[in-house]
Amino acid sequence: MRLDVRYFASLADTTGCAKESVELDAPADVAGLWSELVRRHPALARIAYRPLVACDQEYAEWDHGLDGVQEVAFLPPVSGG
Amino acid sequence: MIRLQSAPIVAAELLSAVAAGGDGAVALFLGTVRDENRGREVLYLEYQAYEEMARSEMERLAEVARGREGVSNVAIVHRTGRLEIGEVSVAVAVAAPHRAEAFETCRFVIDTLKRTVPIWKKEVFRGGEVWIEGAGETPRRDQS
Repeated sequence: MRLDVRYFASLADTTGCAKESVELDAPADVAGLWSELVRRHPALARIAYRPLVACDQEYAEWDHGLDGVQEVAFLPPVSGG
Repeated sequence: MIRLQSAPIVAAELLSAVAAGGDGAVALFLGTVRDENRGREVLYLEYQAYEEMARSEMERLAEVARGREGVSNVAIVHRTGRLEIGEVSVAVAVAAPHRAEAFETCRFVIDTLKRTVPIWKKEVFRGGEVWIEGAGETPRRDQS
């Protein structure tokens, strides 16, 4: 499956990109995708917290399946206002 | 009125957006850029949003707030991009027949927005810059 992955705020600084396309061989959940992303960007393994996740712009848990999902975003804890 | 914008916020626009003859109260909250944070001299802030999702989360929050007992209308506007000291970064207006509901719901909206709407600020201070990131758990849908 092919996914658009987006990173925001400090996570985009960590990966060096705000958006990338990721091809996964087998069906996966968010946690499985994250493992692949950590392989691509080893610096992700060193962040001190677990990012929030949004699948197609809805908050999701880490065991959320990615079947049918187009866009997955990894979000640091928000700080608007 | 639900907006994410790079242009300055004009509070009067929110007030006229929520105004109606049946209301006896409008509560307005303005969040502004402070010149100091944790002992650092702040020069300016840069706001970044996950725009599509921030808009839908703000719409959803306004919907929940408008559904509260005794609330007539809600407007939310948030800035993006570079903001100077003293500028308004976020504005919430709540109209209601009576002030208690207007005050309470205005507070509910800004408190919830700060936990759920995907927007981040980078603080540029004398000597460096840092992303301000809250202590967040995945927001739940069941809050109201």
